[in-house]
Amino acid sequence: MDIDWAQVFSWMPLLKCFIVGGLICIVGQILIDKTKLTPARILVIFVTTGAILGGLGIYQYLVDFAGAGATVPLTGFGYNLAKGAIEGVKEMGIIGAFTGGVKAAAGGIAAAIFFGYLASLISKPKMKKQ
Amino acid sequence: MGTNKNPLETKEGYQNYVDQKSPNSPIWKNCFNAFWVGGLICTIGQIISNICKQRGFDIATSGTIVSIILIGIAAFLTGLNIFNKIGKFAGAGSLVPITGFANSIVSPAMEYKSEGYVMGVGGKMFTVAGPVLVFGISASILIGIIYMIFNTQSITLV
Amino acid sequence: MKKIGKQTIQFDTPPTILDCASIVGPKEAQGPLAKYFDQTLDDEFWGEKTWEKAESKIIKETVNTLISKSGIAIDEIDCCFAGDLLNQCISSSFGLRELNVPFFGVFGACSTFVESMSLGAICTESFAEHVLCATSSHFCSAEKQFRFPLELGNQRPPTSQWTVTGAGSCILSKSGQGPFITTITPGKIIDMGIKDGNNMGAAMAPAFADTLVTHFLDTGRNPSYYDAIISGDLGYIGKEIVIDILASQGYNIKSNYNDCGVLIFDKAKQDTHAGGSGCGCCGSVFSGYFFKQLQEKKIKKMLLIATGALMNSTSSQQGETIPGIAHAISIEL
Repeated sequence: MDIDWAQVFSWMPLLKCFIVGGLICIVGQILIDKTKLTPARILVIFVTTGAILGGLGIYQYLVDFAGAGATVPLTGFGYNLAKGAIEGVKEMGIIGAFTGGVKAAAGGIAAAIFFGYLASLISKPKMKKQ
Repeated sequence: MGTNKNPLETKEGYQNYVDQKSPNSPIWKNCFNAFWVGGLICTIGQIISNICKQRGFDIATSGTIVSIILIGIAAFLTGLNIFNKIGKFAGAGSLVPITGFANSIVSPAMEYKSEGYVMGVGGKMFTVAGPVLVFGISASILIGIIYMIFNTQSITLV
Repeated sequence: MKKIGKQTIQFDTPPTILDCASIVGPKEAQGPLAKYFDQTLDDEFWGEKTWEKAESKIIKETVNTLISKSGIAIDEIDCCFAGDLLNQCISSSFGLRELNVPFFGVFGACSTFVESMSLGAICTESFAEHVLCATSSHFCSAEKQFRFPLELGNQRPPTSQWTVTGAGSCILSKSGQGPFITTITPGKIIDMGIKDGNNMGAAMAPAFADTLVTHFLDTGRNPSYYDAIISGDLGYIGKEIVIDILASQGYNIKSNYNDCGVLIFDKAKQDTHAGGSGCGCCGSVFSGYFFKQLQEKKIKKMLLIATGALMNSTSSQQGETIPGIAHAISIEL
């Protein structure tokens, strides 16, 4: 199957994605600089916010508008978990609430664990030069 | 003697004095860097996603492929001791996208290798990212349950 | 030995600082004081497998350098005071386990170097002929224990300090030609409610000011008595704060006051934010730089005040404030 590169690089969706993704990161940066929150706390805030906005159906609008600009930030990870849980409930009721979220995010979680283990096998931490 | 006010008179006074004495982070510069690096990472994700769509994958699978590729890249750069330099420059720009999640799993795995593969790498891998999964997954389960309760009472939420 | 004033100890026969040695890491080797250290390393691991082993090796080799330099045989050393920042002071105890000298492990966070020297000096006034004091810290082991993995892509706030990789050590002797430790002012724990672990200078500054003012009141001295008043590692922000606090209490220390954490790095070039910190900071800067200044008589009277933040990662996660401590010793020719 041939890839239509003009479609892949059509600039309007990419621009929307760039701007929305960048703006979400600015929110994170303001939290870092103004609140002295640790990185772990900021990631938790993002994933939880994403899950709640996803559950309320609000985040879906952002995803429709900006694509990866909304799904790549961790809010998108939360949205994905919430969406998965809701779909799980639709399919199989209460059990789906437990399996749906992790199922939807399984690829990312498994990849992070696997690559993390792999990196620790072959690489060693180094001093920050700066 | 004693021309200036003593900053140590009260704890509140000292905290205010310290806040005013301490330099702030260069927030405009940081936000600018976070914006374009974060935007760029998302755009790379969008391009991957577009290619996936052309190849005939559905949206959910495309999203998973994007996550896996970005996580793989972030893990690779962390292993090469490069990601921390990007993070220092971009701040939230590389932390907030899924790359930051990957980095927060890979970096303790590497750091605690010296304590062995089981308790070090395995045990400490989630010291930074663990809370993300705990809160993310818990929130999703709660949302699923709430959705179910509302739906059985035929109130449509989504 | 007697107590003067509220909390200062004055020696009848002031102990001599016989000799000092220091070893620092690669970043410190790029700093302005590089040429004063006995040895500088090219690599933070120094051929070891872990940061912790590397730190132990640094303190071990610093002590070995000192012993061979000073010409004092190991069995002439009556006891040793040493400490560091790692849990239960493992760098010192692992590094010095083959030394075969009675060992006291001490912890005073970054104030440990002067704390060790104070305790050592007190020993020379009673049973000891020679006492060894040593402290170390390592950027990577400290980051791992107190902050984040090295490879985590986080930003350091501008108030944060950079833990020095290095060690300093000295031998104190009952008799000698000086420089002499003439007085000690041990500090009280002072907590002004600072919680920000990335602003240690501000947390420790009140303790520094308290010890310094007490020292002046107890001894009847004033800032101009000293050629140099040196704090352990308050960094840039702490330095500015204590100048203000002292001014508000009627002491002008602007002209002869400086800080080891400010001196060890080049702020503009090395991106170390608020300056250096850690037990190895005061230890290596005194052992490397100031001891040579005293030997060359460029400084004749100095007051060394090492400051420490008495917290750990559990206490800061539990939202506790950071108590500070500062111990002072006056060193005169």
